[in-house]
Formats: sequence, structure tokens, C-alpha cells
Amino acid sequence: MIGFDEVLVRYRSLERRELIRWVEERWVLPERQAETWVFHEVDVARIELIIEIRRDFAVDDEAMPLVLSLLDQVYSLRRQMRRLCDAVAAQPEDIQAAIRQALPGAGTDRS
Amino acid sequence: MATQTPYEVLGVKPDASPDEIRKAYRKLAKELHPDINPGKPEAEARFKQVTAAHDLLSDADKRARYDRGEIDEMGAERPRYSYRPHAEGAQGWKYQPNGEMNPEDLEDILSMFGGMGAAGARRGRSQGQGFAMPGGDRLYTLTVDFVEAAAGAKKRLSLSPDTWLDVTIPPGIDEGQVLRLKGKGGEGVGGAPPGDALIEVHVAPHPHFRRDGDNILLDLPVTVAEAVLGARVTVPTVTGPVAMTIPKGSDTGTQLRLRGKGIQRRGGTAGDQIVALKVVIGDSGDSELSAFLETWPEKHKTDPRRGMNS
Repeated sequence: MIGFDEVLVRYRSLERRELIRWVEERWVLPERQAETWVFHEVDVARIELIIEIRRDFAVDDEAMPLVLSLLDQVYSLRRQMRRLCDAVAAQPEDIQAAIRQALPGAGTDRS
Repeated sequence: MATQTPYEVLGVKPDASPDEIRKAYRKLAKELHPDINPGKPEAEARFKQVTAAHDLLSDADKRARYDRGEIDEMGAERPRYSYRPHAEGAQGWKYQPNGEMNPEDLEDILSMFGGMGAAGARRGRSQGQGFAMPGGDRLYTLTVDFVEAAAGAKKRLSLSPDTWLDVTIPPGIDEGQVLRLKGKGGEGVGGAPPGDALIEVHVAPHPHFRRDGDNILLDLPVTVAEAVLGARVTVPTVTGPVAMTIPKGSDTGTQLRLRGKGIQRRGGTAGDQIVALKVVIGDSGDSELSAFLETWPEKHKTDPRRGMNS
């Protein structure tokens, strides 16, 4: 968990007003604390992600909300899939086997 | 200072051909070779840099990896700060499209498996074999300041732009303690109960107060006059300022105890605030005091370092 200025020190290419705008646009959701913002690890990782996709993929500010929204949806789906897999894993062996059997491609030995 | 890219070191464009890279390297290597520049450490350092840049860029494989950001200008593997473990980690919920996972989304997926979703779950329940899954627990973090942690507070935790949780911080909470809010986690599916919200509380350090178990420690600066003559001073505590008497003849390190002004315990009692005095000379060390002290020690011989001599 680090403060606003520490983020700017860590990412020298990032300008103050840019980071403020990212927070205002809700691309990054730091925790508000008194007069300032506190960035948790997930927020810092997200800042790095935004810097990267902007630099490496030339995603501009107009396309960024779309890109972030799609990414968030993918992660949301992955979470839901994980939940589902957990639920399957919690079933008795025979039910798990039945599900595995019913999956397309089941039976082909990939090992 | 930003590190130069190997392209900058050789003075070529990022899309330079292997031939251009080789030419640029040969030209620089000739200029900078240590045998031509004996006793010039800058030239030698530059030469090493140029050689390293050429080593990297003349190897098509390494050059491609560098361009993709997989290795750095020294050819070392660049650590990747991946977003994925965070997005899928405990705190990733914050960035989910609806803040919280929408149970209907899960039901959408379940319905793809042939009516196991909401409708199926409802139908199933009446038949006594419903698809039900309790909601998951959610982990959040919340930072409170020292005074809030000691005295308790009400905080609002933003889960997403539009949703929040009201959290009551009990007095005396310690760094890293986890609060459990029953039923405030993920929604259950098919009539199963929701999960809990787990809130990991972090206590921000305070500029003056420190915590020692149930006690709060405070260093209190006092003037020479207050220490020697005694005084009545105002002392900050986590529940507001209180008056305290400094006894005559106090010293740096003298500890005074303010009973019940420490951390709240369960059951209504509280620890103490322990005030350690620190005599400061500061502005009181003016010429009048100096003049007085010049004559004073002659009449009052004392050695505070007695017994330290080995």
C-alpha cells in the first residue's frame, strides 16, 4: 500500500495530472484516506497495466475505457469459471467423472 | 537518469538493419577501443556499453526478445509485474464490472449447461435436488489512522463506484486484524446463503503515538523550567487533550502514566497512556540562561556520567 507521490516516484514516465485523471475516470480505484489516496497492490498493478498497454499497444485515452472494461469482464468470467470449477471439484468422484466424460473432447488422451 | 536503449547506445534507429547495426558498432568500437584510449575510463565504459549493445542487437533472437520487453538492455530477464494474479486475487473484486459479482451472470453460465441456472435451481429445489451454492467470502482491506484504531470509528469502504460497506471499527483494533461481516460477501445461488466480507484492517502509523499492547506511548517535550520547577501541561491522547501535572525535578525519560487513556479493551476497561518526558533546551537556551549556567556548576558539583568510566 503506497501513497500518491510514491506511485509517481515509481513510475517516472507517469505525470501527476495523468494519474489524477485516471482516478477521476475510475480506471484506478485507490482508497480515499483523509485528503489523499492510498494505492493497494491491485491498484499499483493496474497502473502498471495501463502504462504498459498504452506504451506497448499504443492504446490511446479514448480506447482505454473499452480495453479496461473488456479486461475486467474477462477476469470476471475467469472468476466465475473458477467458482464453477470449485463447485465441480467439491462433488463426489463419480459426478466429477460424469462431468469430465460429458465435456467435448473427453476421452482423447492428451498426456 | 534513464537507461539508454541499445539502439541509442549505437546511435541507430529501432528499425535499423543488421548491416546498419554492424557498421555503427564498428565505427564506435574503433573510436572507443581501450588500446586507442589508454587511461580514459569514460571511453572504456562506453566501449563496454557499445559492445554489450552490439551483442544484444546482432543476435536476431535476443533482439526480438528485447523488442518484446522480455529482456532488458543487459540481456537479463525482465521481471514482469503481472496484473492477472491481482485481478484474480482477493482485491480484484474492486474492478469487476458490477463491483460485486452478479449472481445472474453465474446463472447465465449455468444455464448454458442446460437449465441449471435460476430457473433450474428453483425447479430443482421443489424436486428436492436443486443446484445451490453458497456465496464466496470477499476479502477487502481498509486503512484506519491510529486514533480511529484506538478509539473505534465508523468507516465507509468503497467496493466499486456505486456500492459500499459501512464498517464499524471496534476500539482497540490492531494492525492486520480481520473483521468479518456476516452475509456481506458474494451472493449465493439457488437459495444458498451469501458469503461473508472479510476486512483486513491496517493501522497507519501516528507521528507521535505508538502502541505497546494495551498501552499508548508518547514522548512529550518539556522545557528545562517545566522539568525543574514542575508544571501543569496539556497532553494529547487518543480521546482528546487532557491536563497532566509534571512533578518538580523531572528528567528526560521520566515516565508518567495517564490511567485509562490507552487502548480500549473488551469489557470496558482500557490500557494506559505512558508519557515519557523529553527535556528540550530549544528557545529557552538564551543568553540569560547561559550566563546563569556559567556560574552555577561551580557551586553544584555533579557528574551525571559517574560510573560510566571504565
